[in-house]
Amino acid sequence: MRSVYLDNNATTPVDPRVLEAMLPYFRENFGNAASRNHRFGWIAEEAVDKAREQVARVINANSKEIIWTSGSTEGNNTAILGVARMYADKGKHIITCKIEHKAVIDPCKFLESEGYEVTWLDPDDKGRVTVDQVREAMRDDTILVSLMFANNEIGTIHPIAEIGALCKERDVIFHTDATQAFGKVPIDVEAMGIDLLSMSAHKIYGPKGVGALYVRRKKPRVRLQPIIHGGGHERGMRSGTLNVPGIVGCGAAAETAMKEMPTENVRIGGLRDRLWAGLSEHLTDIHRNGDPQHCLPNTLNVSFLYVEGESLMMGFGDIAVSSGSACTSASLEPSYVLKGLGMGDDIAHSSIRFSLGRFTTKEDIDYTIEQAVKTVNHLREMSPLYEMAQQGIDLSKVEWQRH
Amino acid sequence: MAYSDKIVDHFQHPRNVGSMDANLNNVGTGIVGAPECGDVMKLQIKVDDEDRIVDAKFKTFGCGSAIASSSLATEWVKGRTLDEALELKNTDIVTELALPPVKIHCSVLAEDAVRAAIADVKKKKEQAAPAVAS
Ligand SMILES: Cc1ncc(COP(=O)(O)O)c(C=O)c1O
Repeated sequence: MRSVYLDNNATTPVDPRVLEAMLPYFRENFGNAASRNHRFGWIAEEAVDKAREQVARVINANSKEIIWTSGSTEGNNTAILGVARMYADKGKHIITCKIEHKAVIDPCKFLESEGYEVTWLDPDDKGRVTVDQVREAMRDDTILVSLMFANNEIGTIHPIAEIGALCKERDVIFHTDATQAFGKVPIDVEAMGIDLLSMSAHKIYGPKGVGALYVRRKKPRVRLQPIIHGGGHERGMRSGTLNVPGIVGCGAAAETAMKEMPTENVRIGGLRDRLWAGLSEHLTDIHRNGDPQHCLPNTLNVSFLYVEGESLMMGFGDIAVSSGSACTSASLEPSYVLKGLGMGDDIAHSSIRFSLGRFTTKEDIDYTIEQAVKTVNHLREMSPLYEMAQQGIDLSKVEWQRH
Repeated sequence: MAYSDKIVDHFQHPRNVGSMDANLNNVGTGIVGAPECGDVMKLQIKVDDEDRIVDAKFKTFGCGSAIASSSLATEWVKGRTLDEALELKNTDIVTELALPPVKIHCSVLAEDAVRAAIADVKKKKEQAAPAVAS
């Protein structure tokens, strides 16, 4: 059986070039970047500074504005909790969206429990919020807007530059979780008015457990109260001995992603379109979720009506994708992102995310189309919902026996 | 979490997929679950004059474990009388398919579907029985 990996939004394999760059920093160059008075420390510090440059360049930032983290969960927490606590005198209101990653939702909920107020914007049915929605939610005591650059499940990209401009105009700090967008679509923190930005190496063919937070130093100078206290590393915003090999990998991954972005986006976007065209040609009753006009080039989220996502994944065999159905959790709750688009639970249960990547080939896509068509037909053959729909029964009018 | 070989077998080669005419007096139909919960099972049985199940069919919308549970249930009820079929326990399905704890509800649903089909055919038979003269 052929093995195909189409779950690159969950994580990516380390690129061999990245691994190559990292290896010396496990062995001969093992120094602590904070050791200021010997060669081992200097070599490590130099490597960390180079990686800072590499990450900063992708988003048109200054390398002094890059703080190393353990990934986007930490980056988001550092940004959101850090701003909330540092600027509590100014106000305690935060604006975010219902379909953010849990690494934004949960720190915001935590702040609610500490007496902050959070406005949870509703996206439209394609997953976007408008700048007007953000404007209407703004109050005199708003201190932070946190909106993801691109959504991990559906790939939808928010109007980031417009929202950034609004935040500048209203003197509100703007954080974006760019975990899925960094290195995949052009980002310019200056042109887009971004004050804080989280990225993670393992989504761009770097190692897991390392990432960066961009913290604006000028116009305005953003200050954060740290959540990790200690030796005062990273301008006091994130203490702890730096993960030098990981950071070197993060830098190499960022540089490679930036260099290859123009050609890779065309190639991967072409494969994604090929996948959607192939599925739509051979199958009826499928929907594409998200916003095709404003979407990451690598992401395709599809609802296959009348069949359940987990059974689809089982039928796919060794094709790794991810499902909007969460039948494995005791709650039976489908994806809150898809539900956040106003989608019914039944359709959310029928959804699959295909996320392509650097190592995806045309053969992978053709094989995936073939397997998906076979599986959907096999499952529809045994689906009572498909049978009812064929008989013209309106499934929304049926009285189901909920259990 | 990997699936047990038996689940995979029922998933790839489901037994007794199909539908019978629900209007027939000797056919009982049970439909349980809801699309928004992620699973719907339709299980049908056909009985002879001695209330023995001579055929069973299912259609299931749900995960692999739900499909396997209903497929297995149709195999097990065939040849049993209605009363014997009522003895079918979800825990037997759990054991046979080696369902993990998070999938136990699939076996419960299959048991419910069998019970609903039995209740349906019993009700039909009662209604069809000639009224007792008073
Ligand atoms: C949008 C988004 N934010 C945050 C994260 C968490 O990132 P990390 O795994 O680096 O903590 C992810 C990855 O799952 C993500 O997709």
